[in-house]
Amino acid sequence: MPPVLRMILQRLGLGLLTLFVVSILISVAIELLPGDLAQQILGQTATPENLAAFRKEVGLDQDPVTRYFTWLGGAIQGDFGVSMASRRPIADLIANRLYNTLFLALYAAAIAVPLAVTLGLLAALYRNSLYDRAVNVFTLGSISTPEFFVAYILILWLVHGAGLFGVLSTIPTDATFGQQIEATTLPAITLTLVVTAHMMRMTRAAIINLLASPYIEMARLKGIPRYKVILRHALPNALAPIINVIAINLAYLITGVVIVEQVFTYPGLGGLMVDSVSKQDATVVQACCLIFASVYILLNLIADVLSIVTNPRLLHPK
Amino acid sequence: MAPTNEILLRIRGLRIEGRAGHVWNEIVHGVDLDLHKGEVLGLIGESGAGKSTIGLAAMGFTRDGCRISGGSVEFDGVDLTKSSEGYRRQLRGKRIAYVAQSAAASFNPAHKLIDQYTEMPVEHGVLTKREAEQEAVTLYRQLQLPNPEEIGFRYPHQVSGGQLQRAMTAMAMSCHPDLIIFDEPTTALDVTTQIEVLSAIRDAVAQYGTAAIYITHDLAVVAQMADRVLVLLKGDPVEEAPTREMLSHPKEDYTKSLWAVREFRTEPKPAPAPDAVPAVRVANVTAAYGPITVLRNVTFDIHTGRTVAVVGESGSGKSTTARCITGLLPPVEGLIEIEGQVMPGDYRSRTKNQLRQAQMIYQMADTALNPRQRIRDIIGRPIEFYLGLKGKKKEERIRALLDEIELEPDAYIDRLPSELSGGQKQRIGIARALAAEPSFIICDEVTSALDQLVAEGILRLLDKIQKEFNLAYMFITHDLATVRSIADEVVVMKEGLVVEQGPKEEMFTPPHHAYTDLLLSSVPEMDPDWLDHLLEERRAKGISP
Amino acid sequence: MIEFFENTWTNLTNIFNAMLEGGPITLGVFLGYTFTILLGMSVGAWIVKRALLLATSGRRRHNLGLIPVTAYFGMLTIATYIFVAVFADILAPYPETDTSGGSFEMWSAQHILGTDNRGGDMLSRLIYGARNTVGLAFVITFLAFIIGGVLGLLAATLGGFLDQAMSRVVDVLMSIPPLIFSLLLLTIFGTSVLNLILVIAILDSTRVYRLARAVSMNVVVMDFVEAARLRGEGLWWVISREILPNITAPLIAEFGLRFCFVFLTISALSFLGLGLQPPTADWGSMVKENADLINYADPTPLLPALAIALLTVAVNFVVDWMLHRSSGLKD
Repeated sequence: MPPVLRMILQRLGLGLLTLFVVSILISVAIELLPGDLAQQILGQTATPENLAAFRKEVGLDQDPVTRYFTWLGGAIQGDFGVSMASRRPIADLIANRLYNTLFLALYAAAIAVPLAVTLGLLAALYRNSLYDRAVNVFTLGSISTPEFFVAYILILWLVHGAGLFGVLSTIPTDATFGQQIEATTLPAITLTLVVTAHMMRMTRAAIINLLASPYIEMARLKGIPRYKVILRHALPNALAPIINVIAINLAYLITGVVIVEQVFTYPGLGGLMVDSVSKQDATVVQACCLIFASVYILLNLIADVLSIVTNPRLLHPK
Repeated sequence: MAPTNEILLRIRGLRIEGRAGHVWNEIVHGVDLDLHKGEVLGLIGESGAGKSTIGLAAMGFTRDGCRISGGSVEFDGVDLTKSSEGYRRQLRGKRIAYVAQSAAASFNPAHKLIDQYTEMPVEHGVLTKREAEQEAVTLYRQLQLPNPEEIGFRYPHQVSGGQLQRAMTAMAMSCHPDLIIFDEPTTALDVTTQIEVLSAIRDAVAQYGTAAIYITHDLAVVAQMADRVLVLLKGDPVEEAPTREMLSHPKEDYTKSLWAVREFRTEPKPAPAPDAVPAVRVANVTAAYGPITVLRNVTFDIHTGRTVAVVGESGSGKSTTARCITGLLPPVEGLIEIEGQVMPGDYRSRTKNQLRQAQMIYQMADTALNPRQRIRDIIGRPIEFYLGLKGKKKEERIRALLDEIELEPDAYIDRLPSELSGGQKQRIGIARALAAEPSFIICDEVTSALDQLVAEGILRLLDKIQKEFNLAYMFITHDLATVRSIADEVVVMKEGLVVEQGPKEEMFTPPHHAYTDLLLSSVPEMDPDWLDHLLEERRAKGISP
Repeated sequence: MIEFFENTWTNLTNIFNAMLEGGPITLGVFLGYTFTILLGMSVGAWIVKRALLLATSGRRRHNLGLIPVTAYFGMLTIATYIFVAVFADILAPYPETDTSGGSFEMWSAQHILGTDNRGGDMLSRLIYGARNTVGLAFVITFLAFIIGGVLGLLAATLGGFLDQAMSRVVDVLMSIPPLIFSLLLLTIFGTSVLNLILVIAILDSTRVYRLARAVSMNVVVMDFVEAARLRGEGLWWVISREILPNITAPLIAEFGLRFCFVFLTISALSFLGLGLQPPTADWGSMVKENADLINYADPTPLLPALAIALLTVAVNFVVDWMLHRSSGLKD
């Protein structure tokens, strides 16, 4: 088997294993919840018969290991059990919100990734120029700022100042794509601002690191024009670090999403999770946590696989 | 093609500054240099002499954090310090090419060798890609690369270091430049590989009549390669003369001292009594890293007061042998005895006294001394730890040791390692080993990171100490000149095996084992005809160089 | 084009007038104040640098001159925050839990920055917030450093199974986004201050572990560590005398970065209503509690957020300088 393939399979296996361990961790955490779940859900007035019936219904009468595998089996098929607060199936609660959150994240990523990589590259190429210094101050300020600060400043400026958007990002269930875009734009801009700064700084650092390599000096000593040095000699080797930077920051989007959804009362998964935390709705928190963690692990997995695939040393073994 | 009288490169009063924080310090203080067409000029000097900086300046190039602050660099009549960047870029690669010290790092890992070769002639409009590819094969063959038709289609990491260095020379010649700058092209290679690269470079340069600046710190190498030599010291020119004249009649004291270095020899010592218990006995040692066996059945003795040099190229297992003796790598089979006593394989199972007996001096003095400890603590710790001396007695002992290594105690005792030169650091390393009052010291390439003059000082010091304390030395080195200077006995290793061993005089007189012969004959000598004779000899014997 | 400049000029004059005469606080006025504060701090930093340079001479003066103004700005700001946190009781015009004002009052002589939703004095709560929020972040960072630092050093020095086991556990803990993980853990254990400290400190210690292990690894492979081991030195000596003194610089810089991260995390949690709870004054929850004002275009609730951002920027400035200094020998 070619080593690239073997490494990719190894990495995939490791990703799956991590996911499995994380799912166990999340379940164990829920098991640690103090008190009787059934009692908490049904309230103090519930009769013993009702409690027993409920336990049987959601599988609380089984031992933890069986319960875990039943839950995991369901989760893989998109069935996360029942909300403790509303007793509705979690899948129903999540479906629409997951779509909204993914839409928001992809929207923000679609703006942020090209923007940040281009600006970061330029900062690295024109190091110590006025532009680079300005970028440094801007990004330092931006990564130091809480997400909600950026969000509220944008609200004050764009909504109250310029009257461009509505304050709340309510989305009707039968929204058209245009409406969805309109409702999502302000949160997406906020996320973009937050993530772009991180991504720019890291792209800049990765490229500067690369430009110090002896083979870049060699290319310059060969009399190759500057733009070709960048395109032909720097970029092919910069792919892996840049992919890594993008993955780290897309993962960072996940955290940002939770806060930004809260500010704009955007109907997404982050908002649901925060609400469920305040309601102590453990099963919903568990499901959200699993989804967020899976996305995070998946992103890192993709980044690693892409770095393996773009590494000439692995692609062309001895 | 012989050198002509036409001047190709004329450097006048070249000054270069380097930035340290916010201040600029001058590192090259006014160098003049003339190079004729087809001539090879050797730039020689110790580290910090500014050789590479001058070499790059000949291309009108400075590294980040350096700048040309004065003088002129005229190539073919045009001053590169005043020309446009565009003009300089046109020259680079096409008329002046560069061969870097580490080809492995200087080839782009993402592209095939042939694509990196053709890039330059195509970019400068000299050849089409197809023509360049065909010529590459010719040049690869000329530089004696194996499979010249195919090797270009490999990626840099798929090719060995010596071959990469030759491929880089081929790349530099792709536009048939007037001048090539060779920046220590063989320094990172083993001696046996160095020969192949040297002869390949020399033949190619001669055939195309290319002028070259050959930068090196190795006198013997420059003797083979250069028509003329310029000696540099800390950014100043010292002396310039044709190679033969320079070798036979150096004028300046500094040049003479460089030449004289190789003449140091220790006095021969009487052979040990046949029934003497050796200070160290390595008996049938086999060792492995995981499943890979790296030492096989290694056996040798080191007697009190004598020096055994363990010689071999990288990967031969000489450092691994040291790790077995110190107990860092417990042997799979075999025994280590010190003063007749069998040592536990793992250093963690050895007693304090057993650990004290065998001490070690390291190659890189920079990493061997804790940068956060003062000299007082570095030398004082083993005194306190092993001998239990404290307070005033310890202080006296530290001062005595500093006297021993010829460093003034008052001036040095409170310094940090960063406030010492390379040679002084290595002396502190010696003092630390001595502080334990050992019977045996392992010297692991202790002089290879040092300039020749400094290295010789260290060898003399080690010799003096050996006589004074009657120590046994195990001297690990790849440098046969060092072996000649200091060894009593020699152990030659290759691929984890002892190939040959015996007293120094026997080892340096034929007949040898084939590998020892290859190793010995590959060490460049100061004689400018040495390489020619050697190649002739090898061709006569039917071995490829 | 001319119109644009005229408009801008009018806007700026309006903002300036509003700042001088009082009146409704708009975003422009708010940014005007922010800008004034930043300008003041920068000028202050510049003056401090000049003063120090005048008062010193020789090598010390040279060293002080190498410190960039941004670092002076950072240190001055951090000092100000510490001062405010320590002397909060004296500086604050009203007690921390006082709610004697009406809710959401405008900026006035009694309440310089107005009042919050429960009638507390905004300025006083901001001042107490410096003590609570910054103090909490500091305690958590410190704890995270003790846990992560000690384990990281041990893993690097001992290697082997212990290193492998701990590193795998950290891998798993780090494969869940930290904010999400803390949300989960806080749901289960409740949002008491102690839980908050423990949960965030443990999650953050994984990052410290990674760094401490990595920088120690670089030192562990050095020959002087091998020399100490071959001499027969014990674990304690090797860690405390050989390794630790060589990794303090990157660890201190990391402390600054981790502090910023923890500070932003607990602010985020407070903002989500899961951090410090009222009536304890806390910057994150102050933004959340008063966010309604923003719907009336009043930027007052952003003051605590500004306080957070300013401190984080200041710490980053200092860390930047320290990182640059420790790598300075190379370039």
